[in-house]
Amino acid sequence: MDEDKNLNKDNILDIKARLKIKRHEMASQLPEERKRNFKEVPYGYSPEEAIEEAKRCIQCKSEVPECVKGCPVNIDILGFINLIEKGDFLAAAKKIKETNSLPAICGRVCPQEDQCEKLCVVGRRKDTPSVAIGNLERFAADYEAKYGDIHITVKGDKSKKVAVVGGGPAGLTVAGDLCKMGYSVSIFEGLHEIGGVLMYGIPEFRLPKEILLRELKVLEDMGVEIFTNAVVGKTFTIDELLEKKGYDAVFIGTGAGTPKFLNIPGEELNGVYSANEFLTRVNLMRAYNQSEYDTPIKCGRTLVVFGAGNTAMDAVRTGLRLGYEDARIFYRRSRKEMTARLEEVHHAEEEGIKFEFLINPVRFIGDENQNVVGVECQRMELGEPDESGRRRPIPIKGSEFVTNIDAAVIAIGTNANPIVPNSTPGMDLNKWGYIVADENTGRTTKKGVFAGGDIVTGAATVILAMGAGKKAAVSIDEYLRTGTW
Amino acid sequence: MYEIVGRKSMGEGIDLYNILAPDIASKALPGQFIILRVHEKGERIPITIAKTDKNDGTITILVQTLGKTTHILSESNIGDNLADVVGPLGVPTEIEQFGTVVCIGGGFGIAAIYPIAKGLKESGNKVISIIGARSKNLLLMEDEMRSVSTELLIATNDGSYGTKGIVTDVLKELIYDKKESINRVIAIGPVIMMKAVSDLTRDKSIKTIVSLNPIMIDGTGMCGACRVLVDGKTKFACVDGPDFDGHKVDFDNLMNRLKFYKEEERASYECHTKEHHHS
Ligand SMILES: Cc1cc2nc3c(=O)[nH]c(=O)nc-3n(C[C@H](O)[C@H](O)[C@H](O)COP(=O)(O)OP(=O)(O)OC[C@H]3O[C@@H](n4cnc5c(N)ncnc54)[C@H](O)[C@@H]3O)c2cc1C
Ligand SMILES: Cc1cc2nc3c(=O)[nH]c(=O)nc-3n(C[C@H](O)[C@H](O)[C@H](O)COP(=O)(O)OP(=O)(O)OC[C@H]3O[C@@H](n4cnc5c(N)ncnc54)[C@H](O)[C@@H]3O)c2cc1C
Ligand code: SF4
Ligand code: SF4
Ligand code: FES
Repeated sequence: MDEDKNLNKDNILDIKARLKIKRHEMASQLPEERKRNFKEVPYGYSPEEAIEEAKRCIQCKSEVPECVKGCPVNIDILGFINLIEKGDFLAAAKKIKETNSLPAICGRVCPQEDQCEKLCVVGRRKDTPSVAIGNLERFAADYEAKYGDIHITVKGDKSKKVAVVGGGPAGLTVAGDLCKMGYSVSIFEGLHEIGGVLMYGIPEFRLPKEILLRELKVLEDMGVEIFTNAVVGKTFTIDELLEKKGYDAVFIGTGAGTPKFLNIPGEELNGVYSANEFLTRVNLMRAYNQSEYDTPIKCGRTLVVFGAGNTAMDAVRTGLRLGYEDARIFYRRSRKEMTARLEEVHHAEEEGIKFEFLINPVRFIGDENQNVVGVECQRMELGEPDESGRRRPIPIKGSEFVTNIDAAVIAIGTNANPIVPNSTPGMDLNKWGYIVADENTGRTTKKGVFAGGDIVTGAATVILAMGAGKKAAVSIDEYLRTGTW
Repeated sequence: MYEIVGRKSMGEGIDLYNILAPDIASKALPGQFIILRVHEKGERIPITIAKTDKNDGTITILVQTLGKTTHILSESNIGDNLADVVGPLGVPTEIEQFGTVVCIGGGFGIAAIYPIAKGLKESGNKVISIIGARSKNLLLMEDEMRSVSTELLIATNDGSYGTKGIVTDVLKELIYDKKESINRVIAIGPVIMMKAVSDLTRDKSIKTIVSLNPIMIDGTGMCGACRVLVDGKTKFACVDGPDFDGHKVDFDNLMNRLKFYKEEERASYECHTKEHHHS
């Protein structure tokens, strides 16, 4: 077999035994129970389960194991899995943190099946699923949070100051890395809470806020200054940060937060939400707990979510938990083209979410109070591949039908937020309004200004935003030491 | 963090607050707003900035008590802190030399129109301001408005002061009877008032700017809750506005969207006042 050349031959006797161990799925709340609460779905591994799962790694001997090639931040996966197998969980966590400062988050939200686990040689064999790298990463990080000492020593004199704009995964990574290198770092975040999509977008049942707050505390303990309620471009401009506020460099990580709409009739009706509005009400503003929090959200019988990415899955499962009896996904392509993490699709289906494919909305229908009561859709068929390489959906004539609904959520993607770009002269944008920045250094066309994450690439993933942050931190350090641009 | 350093009751359920927010005070321009949260579990509500004082770092807002959040705010005292204040948000009102500009304020809209009238006057415009109230003793900011206007016209519903009627009656008189040549109208107040003003000026093709007040959450273009229909197109009031061409705004849609959470708002208000009276 082709992948056998990767195997550690000294360990060959073990390999057969290792390959016989079945993949451990994490124990989870039962679907019937969890679909009405906001508590996290999987409970995570016990130490015994983690050790057993770690034994499934066949300890590839190649210089860089395949799995590592699939991880955007090149975590020493083999190394940390080995430590878990030995039962040294704290050392495993430390090993991961050499390259990834937010493992409890990545373990939970990375699309592993497209990254590390996709390339794992165990998974590439027939009949043996990949080592559960994400689950193991999550286990090590949670174990450390519970039993470890996450105190980080910071070196350097902090004489140079860096401003980080936006407190999402890109900004948090830059801030943490630069702080460790001895810079004085301030984060400017527009909302009243930090975390970006991790705070306002990804729901509690998938990423408990407590985990995020834990990571933020680490940053604060390290001495990162955090200013919330600071919309850069409004409260301060990038030029003011550099010229008046005495920052030596600025990193922009403001994300791709502006929701796209369908631009079809009736979209302005009450009850038609962008995914961002729906999720922000529930997550950032905690509308799921209306006895304590003031921001309202409505509930009804039928909710339809348009789209099939992580955002759509989060919205539809949130709807279910708010009390919608019938929560559905309508997607204009087919199951194969869905972009959500496999685990989320799987969880959604277990919870009773209905998926309907090859359906495109053409108009929303309102009642006399302009509240949405229905949506007219048409059925689609797949044609030739389009510029994204996926087969283009084409409407089938005469296939229109109406579905009665109480609310609709539009989760078809986002655009660049224009506030920072429009208020920063001398910084080039591409034709879609994203910031032009060097892929390897994060340098923009404006001296002293770096950028990374979704505001450069368009909506992507948490780990890619973090990866961009890591690279930017290295090149900010270089710029501040050498002064060369 | 954001201390209330002054407050006074203005009547008609409207209170004035001076809030310590130096970064915003040094930046705000006429037509911009803040979003505030009164407490840690509160909702985010948008409020127009009426005045700023760069020297002591304060901003002044006028807030009408309507539901739970504004009610809690009305119970706060000097020395209390608001959980969050963010701004200045939105695009500032266009201030240039237009010629003769009519500034119309209704209710708390008078607070919003004040800095605009001031800016326009300072830019050399003839500023005719029209403000209204139910009765003479309920009129807001009369002296301030007079000081920034070339001419101040007043409407009261009961006729106790100025013209008997509403602000649009005064505007109509100005356009049709006095034949004043007007280059621009700016109207801020209840949606129904802005709609009536826009209807009145449409026939005469007088450019009319209104400041829209849809439900907002983040105020930075992230959620789309504040979307309004202008010339048939979706606009986000928090980043594209709040000022729009009144002749192109779909006011009926705005009124309907403002009503969406009425039930929940009423329930949370009742729940709050009940608890309050018990304790
Ligand atoms: C609902 C949802 C679910 C997702 N699920 C997953 C998943 O399971 N796995 C995965 O890998 N990815 C997922 N993603 C994508 C992922 O979250 C993003 O790619 C990632 O968060 C991008 O990070 P970022 O730091 O670039 O920006 P963001 O996370 O968007 O953070 C940007 C921050 O900047 C702030 N900001 C914006 N403008 C300003 C300004 N002018 N001044 C100051 N602050 C500003 C914002 O408030 C925000 O806090 C999901 C996205 C969404 C919306
Ligand atoms: C740009 C802008 C500027 C504004 N300026 C002022 C001002 O200077 N002074 C003032 O008194 N009011 C102003 N408002 C309106 C003010 O935000 C609402 O009156 C306030 O949110 C009501 O909150 P509540 O909880 O007390 O009342 P609720 O009972 O919650 O609501 C009462 C009504 O207020 C509106 N409303 C509710 N929540 C929001 C929200 N999050 N955002 C906007 N509207 C909402 C709805 O129409 C609702 O029916 C402004 C609104 C906008 C958008
Ligand atoms: S960070 Fe993501 S891609 Fe990398 S090892 Fe962890 S789960 Fe896999
Ligand atoms: S996780 Fe998979 S690819 Fe990585 S070292 Fe283990 S067996 Fe090899
Ligand atoms: S208030 Fe969220 S986009 Fe305007």
